[in-house]
Formats: sequence, structure tokens, C-alpha cells
Amino acid sequence: MDTRDAPEQAELRRSARQLARELGPATVADLDDATRAKRLAVAVGDAGWLELRDDDGNGKPVASGVEAAIVADALGGAVADVAFAGPVLAADLARRAGADPTSAAVAGFSPSLVEPAVALGPATTRPLVAIDAAGGGAAYALAPEGQGFGLVQVPLDSRPSESDSGSDLTRSVDVVAPGAPAHEVADRGQVLTSDDLAAWTALGLALTSADLVGVMRGVLDLTVDYARERRQFGAPVGSFQAVQHLLAEARCLMDGSFSVALHASWAVDALEPEEARAAGRVAKAYCARAAKTVCETAIQVHGGIGNTWECLAHVYLRRGLLSSQWFGDDSTQLRALGRERLGVDDGLP
Amino acid sequence: MDFRDSPEEAAFRSRLRTWLADNNPGLPPSSTDDEYWSRQADWHTALYDAGFFGLSWPERYGGHDLPPVFDVILDEELAAAGAPPRPSLGYLVQGITVHGGDEVKDRFLPGIISGRDRWCQGFSEPDAGSDLASLRTTATRDGDDFVINGHKIWTSYSDVADWCFLLARTEPHVPKHKGLSLLAVPMDQPGIEQRPLRMVNGITSEFGQVLFDSARTPATNMIGQAGEGWRVAMTILDHEREPADLGYVARYAKTVKELEATVRADPSSFRSDQHEAVTWAHVQAEMLRLHVCRRLSERLDGVEHGPGGSVDKLLMTWVEQQVGSAALAVAGPSAAIDADDVALKIYLYSRAQSVMGGTSQIQKNIVATRVLGLPTA
Repeated sequence: MDTRDAPEQAELRRSARQLARELGPATVADLDDATRAKRLAVAVGDAGWLELRDDDGNGKPVASGVEAAIVADALGGAVADVAFAGPVLAADLARRAGADPTSAAVAGFSPSLVEPAVALGPATTRPLVAIDAAGGGAAYALAPEGQGFGLVQVPLDSRPSESDSGSDLTRSVDVVAPGAPAHEVADRGQVLTSDDLAAWTALGLALTSADLVGVMRGVLDLTVDYARERRQFGAPVGSFQAVQHLLAEARCLMDGSFSVALHASWAVDALEPEEARAAGRVAKAYCARAAKTVCETAIQVHGGIGNTWECLAHVYLRRGLLSSQWFGDDSTQLRALGRERLGVDDGLP
Repeated sequence: MDFRDSPEEAAFRSRLRTWLADNNPGLPPSSTDDEYWSRQADWHTALYDAGFFGLSWPERYGGHDLPPVFDVILDEELAAAGAPPRPSLGYLVQGITVHGGDEVKDRFLPGIISGRDRWCQGFSEPDAGSDLASLRTTATRDGDDFVINGHKIWTSYSDVADWCFLLARTEPHVPKHKGLSLLAVPMDQPGIEQRPLRMVNGITSEFGQVLFDSARTPATNMIGQAGEGWRVAMTILDHEREPADLGYVARYAKTVKELEATVRADPSSFRSDQHEAVTWAHVQAEMLRLHVCRRLSERLDGVEHGPGGSVDKLLMTWVEQQVGSAALAVAGPSAAIDADDVALKIYLYSRAQSVMGGTSQIQKNIVATRVLGLPTA
């Protein structure tokens, strides 16, 4: 057992954090800077990060869940307004189905954001949510086929509302109304089994957990800097114990979250699908609860300014809310663990 | 990055598992009754004699010179077998290893590690709790000895200890942090009086008070230099705060496993909030296990955490108290009706975790100023 980054993982962690810091938004106003956002998207593409879960030619992913989570953590830490987890999850699904990874931009989700969207027949029957697609291309959905699921694609241009309407200011959310056409994916290799979907869910839980760890680190850095500079009663507010204790608790939650998220990212490819998904549930339950507390602390320590649009703290909080809900928040994971570990029958799948 | 066992680790795990199948003493999961403490010494020597204790410590002193991550394997297997945690002695060993001279190490470490000598730690006093450096117990040089007078409290296992690791004031006229020294004091002598404390969960054999009335110890029993006591104490406290050194992961995992078994036997007889309390306790215990894996792996780089130990202490405290709350939640009314209810005792014991080894408030001060670098008032 050695949970340290291998040298190339440490280098990826360093370079991903540096790139995200340099090209991510330094202020809320930067979110409107389309030139910067474009440079960020090009840099992420050039780095090859969107292909980390593509087929390496032998059916295996180009890189493990650990590398993908390292990038997710770095992008979350800088509230980087760039598509990453959406395309990577779509590529992972395409690889498991043996399909062309360019056949859809992202995976579609049920309105609960917990499961992939399901298409029964030639058109969708429920709303489909696409994260990170920015209105373009198509989203994957699952069509029941034998004991498993076949991959279909749902075009995103049939959406009724504008993209970028989500609460997260850094990632796009498209909602496609029921009745959108569901096309077969050309050259699809095989049916996805429940094991495939468990392993894919493990990746989703690992990436969203890693994003939350990044969110916690980024917002805590922002807040500690502010607490050092902001003065009241003739002293920095960060010198007062009431403020210090809030920040100390947030620091601990971030550190514990990093440990569980690291394990979940390793588990994606190293453990059996159901074990990997269980590791992802533990990580997600812990990180989602922790991130909510840490982001709320950040807003509180910023005082009045923390409640204004101009303060970056709410950008972190909003990103955290989407990452928490994506693949299910803490309550969702705890209920699933109750079914899997305690044999609770709560009537849910 | 790999959380899996290496071949050597897997072989060790399998040997340990086989041994545990026949040698689990079946003690309660927490210090819920006096039996737990009275049988700790036997458990220590049994583990040591079988080659499963002192894994990462030097062979010269009876250890096995293994990488620190072997301690996680020990914790995991003890939890899986429902066995008691490993004895919590890592911090004393670290204190003596870092600050003691070769002669002191040769004399004391083998007995501590093998369990042949029982040790207690005399730091806190009735008027020196969080403000430890204000302690007033004195050690005054008299020929080849020091003569000790004072009053220590919260001294774990003092009633069964052969030795006390005593922090005392040797130089009264210098600033409070500079006049302290660390002395090993033999406990079996007329100048020492023991007064047990009864804790909120009823146990009487863990914590004690120790009164020193002209007790004596040879000057050669000093650990570190005269006046170095505060630094030795800080080394010990940094490690006393680390779950990696304490091995408590096994204790929490064992309790969670028992709670899960209780609910699994008839899930529909428990409410959804009770289900959630147990699954959350599982998440918490897993977090701490994985956190310790990470911390012990970082030690392969020679990283010592120092103030980071306070981060880990706070995480461990929250885990213990949420596991304790889960036990109470599952027990429901029986914990209010039956004074001997084990869940009640686990819960009550867990409240001490945010005080022992330095209160959570002190830990947060340390994290804020020494980890986050916030200014002091």
C-alpha cells in the first residue's frame, strides 16, 4: 500500500492546478471574458485531458480514474469554466459499449441527476439533463436491450430552453424536454451490463467527489487570504478565535475529503465494479456534506461582501451544489449504502 | 498510487488473520467497562509475542522495522476480527526516540514496546489543563536524584503503571515554557499516592490522579536535556493526536460493524433516521481509515506532520463522537432505561475524545495559526 502520487501523477497534479489557476476566472467579472474561457477550453483540449477515458486501442482507458480525478480536482479548485467531467464520462460510456467516442458530447441524465437518462422506444419520455454540453451535439441515453442497455443518442438542439441556464455559473446545464428523438449509435459494439454501469457510476462519483475537494480547497484559500487582510476592531478578522475555529473546521473537512476522494478515484479501475461504486458512495457522501459546510463557512467569513454577486465565494458554492447533486448527494448515497450494506428496502431501485 | 497490499503486505495480513482467529480476547469494543482496561496488558503482550506489535519501530528495541503502512493492516484486521485495538503507545515511543539519548533508548524502549513495562503519562494538573506550560509539579535536584512534588490528573492507566513519563518544572525562575524537563519516574515507591477517577460512563480504571510527595527518580532517568521538556511534550502530543499512532480506527470500525449487524438482522424494525445514522457512521469510519492510509504513506517520504496532527485529531474526534451518536440512535429508549446499556457507555465515553490529548478548541487554535497561517490576536 502506498497512496502517494506516482511521479507522473504528481506532475499532472502540479501542471493541472497551474493551468487552471492561470486560465480560470480570478474574479466574477472574468466569467464574462469569452477570450479567456476559449483559451482555457483550448488548453484543456490540447493537454489531452478530455481523452483520458477514451479507448487506448485495447478496450482499456487511456488513463486511470486517478488521473481523471486529479484534473477534476484542479478544475474545481479554480472554478474553471470549462467542460471536463461531462465529455470524459461520455467517452467512458462509449468505450464500455465499444462505440465511437465522437457519437455524443456528453451523457444525458434523469432529472434527479442520479442515473443516466433512459429512452424507451424512438423518443425520450422524460426530461433529459445534459451537463457540460453547452447546447451542442448529442447526449447518450440508455435503451433497455435484453439483460442490459443499448446506447442511443439524443440531439441537444431540440432543447426548449437556452443552455447555460443552470445554477452553476461555470458549467452548462441543458434540459431536453420529453419527446426528443433517440437515435441508434452507429457501430455500437455491445450491450452495457449492470457491471458496466456500476463501474461507470464509480467514475462519476469519483470525479464529482474530486471536483468537490477542489472546490473546498479553492474557496478555503480565497477565504483564508481574505481573513488575513480584512481588518475590524484594529486587527485582521482572521486573528479572532471565532473566525479561526470556523476556518480550522473547514480545513479538516477538506483534508478528510481528499483522503476518501483519492481512494474512490483509485477504486474505479482497481476494484470490482460494485466495490468501486461503494467506495464512490462513501467518498461522495462525505465530500458533499463537507463541501456544503466549507462553502457556507466561506460566505460567512467574507461577511456582507460574501453575500454579494461580486464575491467568488458563491461561484464555488454554486459549483459545489451541482457537483453534489450530480450522481446523487449525501442523502442519496447514504440511502444507497443502507440498501447495499443494511438490507434496507426503501422501495427505491 | 495503490491502496492494495504488496505481496509482503498480503502475506503479513494473512498470517495476522490466521493468528487472530484463535487469539481474539473478545474484549468490548470501547472502554465500556473496567474489564477492558484490566485485560489490555495481556492483549499487548499477546500481540507482541506473536510478532504483531511495534511493526514500524526499530528491531534494536523489539520492533520489526517495517514501513508505517503495516500499522493500517493491523488496524484493519483487528477491526475485521472484532478484536481490541493495538495498544496506544506510539506517542511515547516517538517522544523517547526523537529526544532520548542512546543509553535512555536502550534502557526504556524495549520494555515499552514488549509490554513488559507499563507506562503512564503525567502531564496535566488540576490547574494546568489547556495551559499545560503553567504546570507546578516540581523536580528538584538532590544529589544523584530528582525529588518530585506535585499533583497530576487524567493520568491514564496510572494504577497499573510501572513508570510515569513525567513533565515537571526543574527550573522555577525562567519563563514557563523553558523551565520544564521530562523524567521517567518509577511508580512503585512510598512518595506516590494514586486516586482513581470515576468517569461519566462508570469506569474507574482508566483515568487517575497521582500525588507526588517527595517521590524520587535518578537524574539519569531524564529524557532529553534539562529545560527541553516542553519540546519533548510537544513531540508526544503531536503524535498522541494522530489516529495513525493511536490505532483507534480499529475501535470505531468494530463498533460500526456491530451496529450494522444489529440493523441488518431486522432492518424494518428501525426508522430511516436510524439507518442513516449507521450508514453515516460507516462513512466516517471509512474516511478515517483511508485518511490514516494516506498519512502513513506520506511518512514513507519522511513527512512528519507536527501541527497536522491536530487536523487528524479533530477528524478522529468527530468520527468517534458520530459513531457514539449512532450507537445511541440505534439503541433508542434502551439507553435511557438501562444504565448498563453498552451503547450508552460507548456514547458517554465518546464525549471525552474532544477533551483528551488537548481539547478541540486548542486543536482548532493550532490548525488556524500553524496550518492555515492565520495571525494571532
